[in-house]
Amino acid sequence: MATAVEFTLNGNAVAAIAEPGETLLSVLRNRLGDTSPKAGCLQGTCGACTVLVDGEPVLSCLLLADAAAGRHVETVRGLAQGPQLHPLQEAFMERFAAQCGFCTPGMLMAAKALLDHNRNPTRAEVIEAISGNVCRCTGYLPIIEAILEAARRLSARG
Amino acid sequence: MAKHRGRGVASVNYPIGMNLGGDPSQALVHATPTGKFVVTLSSIDLGQGMKSVTRQLAAETLGVPIEDVHVDTGDSDTGPHCMGSFASRGTHRAGNAVIAAAREAREVLLEVAAEELEVDPRDLELDGRGNVRVKGAPARTISVREVAQAAHFRRGKSISGRGMFLVPPSDVDPETGAMRPVTTYAHACMIVEVEVDDETGEVTVLSIKAAYEIGRALNIGLVEQQLVGGAWMGISHALFETVEPYYPDRAHGPVDFNTYLMPGPGDMCPVEIEIIERPALDGPYGAKGIGEMCATPPIPAIANAIEDAIGVRITEMPFTPEKILRALDAKRAAR
Ligand code: FES
Ligand code: FES
Repeated sequence: MATAVEFTLNGNAVAAIAEPGETLLSVLRNRLGDTSPKAGCLQGTCGACTVLVDGEPVLSCLLLADAAAGRHVETVRGLAQGPQLHPLQEAFMERFAAQCGFCTPGMLMAAKALLDHNRNPTRAEVIEAISGNVCRCTGYLPIIEAILEAARRLSARG
Repeated sequence: MAKHRGRGVASVNYPIGMNLGGDPSQALVHATPTGKFVVTLSSIDLGQGMKSVTRQLAAETLGVPIEDVHVDTGDSDTGPHCMGSFASRGTHRAGNAVIAAAREAREVLLEVAAEELEVDPRDLELDGRGNVRVKGAPARTISVREVAQAAHFRRGKSISGRGMFLVPPSDVDPETGAMRPVTTYAHACMIVEVEVDDETGEVTVLSIKAAYEIGRALNIGLVEQQLVGGAWMGISHALFETVEPYYPDRAHGPVDFNTYLMPGPGDMCPVEIEIIERPALDGPYGAKGIGEMCATPPIPAIANAIEDAIGVRITEMPFTPEKILRALDAKRAAR
C-alpha cells in the first residue's frame, strides 16, 4: 500500500506518497520535482544519485523512501544560497570540473559530505571521498583540484 | 619478481571531420527586438563546449558582447542542418557556419545603423560593448539595441544571417585512387611512463606528457579539460575497458560499473600538456578540432611503454594482467 513519507529536504518540510519499495531517488525526482540527483545506474555502482541524509552521503537509488522519514535530506538544489553559489560549485565552475555534468551532482554532494566534516582534507582523502562516483568525461583530475580549492576557500573563511 | 619501468611514445595525425557529402553544417543568426542575438544550430552540446564556442565565435564576428549572444541547439528536426557532433567536427564545421551567418547578420546591422545615422555603412564599426560608431568620430554612435528596434519597428528589416559550411568535394584520381578526404589535420605527440609488475601483470601509468597542435585554442579551459579527460579515456581503453568476458563464457562478462572496469580517481597519473597553436587556413579563427584525438595516443604509447619495460608486445586491447603474464610466460618458454 502506498504510504506518506515526511522528511526535511534542504531545510524545508516535505511530504510525498510513496509506493511500496519506492526509492528516495524516485520520490525526489518523480514526486517532489527535485531532479538534481541523477539516475545513472539504479543499482548503487555509479554515485550519480548521491544525496546527504543527516549529513552522510547516501546512494538514493538504494535507499527506500521510508528510511528517509523524519530525516534531513540534502541535494544539490539546496547548495546555493539564492544567487550565491556554494564554494564547491564555484570551484567546479572555475576549474572546468564538469563536461557533460551528469556525475556533477553526485560529486558535489560526496565532496560536501567530506568538507562538512573535514575542512582540510588531503588529496588522498578527496580521492577516497569520490571513489564511489564514476565520471566518464573529466579524467577526475579537475574534480580533485576543484574540491581541494573549495576546501582552501572554506577554511580561509573559518 | 620485480617491477619494471618503461617509456613509450605515440604520435597522431588526426583528420578533422569527414568527407561524406561534403560534411555540411548550417547556422542561422538573428537579432531580437532588444538587440540580443540568437544562433540557431542543430549541432548538439554534449559537454564538449559547442555552445560556449558558438557564443564566442558569434560575438567576435558580430562585434557584440558575449552576454548578448544566446545559442539555441534545441532540435535537429526543426533546426538548420548539421551532420552531428562527432568526428571532432563541431568547432570546425559548425564554427565556420556560425561565422558566415554572423557576418551576414552584421552586414544588415550596419546597414540599418547607417540609415539611422545617415552615413555610409562602410564607415561604421562595432565597439564590442553593444554600440555601433562612426570610425574616427566616436561621438556619433547608436546602440545595437536602438538599431534592432529601428529595424523591427520602423525599417521593416530582419537583422539576420545564414551560414553554411561545406567541404569542397574532392574527386578520386582515376589513376592512383588518391583523394583529399579532409582539409585539416590536428597533431599530437605523447610520452607515457609505466611500471609493470612481472608477478601480477599489473600495469600502472606513472605519467603522461603530451603536446597537441590544434590550430587555435578558442577556449583554452575547455581544450585542456578535454585533453585531460581524453588521457583518462585512453588509459581506460588501453588497460581496462572491455565487454568481452575474462573467461571463454560470455556469462562472465561485465554487467555493471563494478565489473566493467575503468580507472578511478586514485588511478589517474599526472598529465602534463603543451598546446601548440598554428592556425588552420580554413578553420574558424584558425581552430581545428580536438574531440576524439585526445583519447587515442595513450593506447599505442602504453603498448610501447610496456614493451620497453618487459620486452613483450601486447597486440590486443585491453592490456590486462592476464595477457601480460601469458606473454611473459611465452617469452620465457621461448628462451
Ligand atoms: S544511480 Fe545510484 S549509484 Fe548509480
Ligand atoms: S562530467 Fe560527464 S560524467 Fe563526469
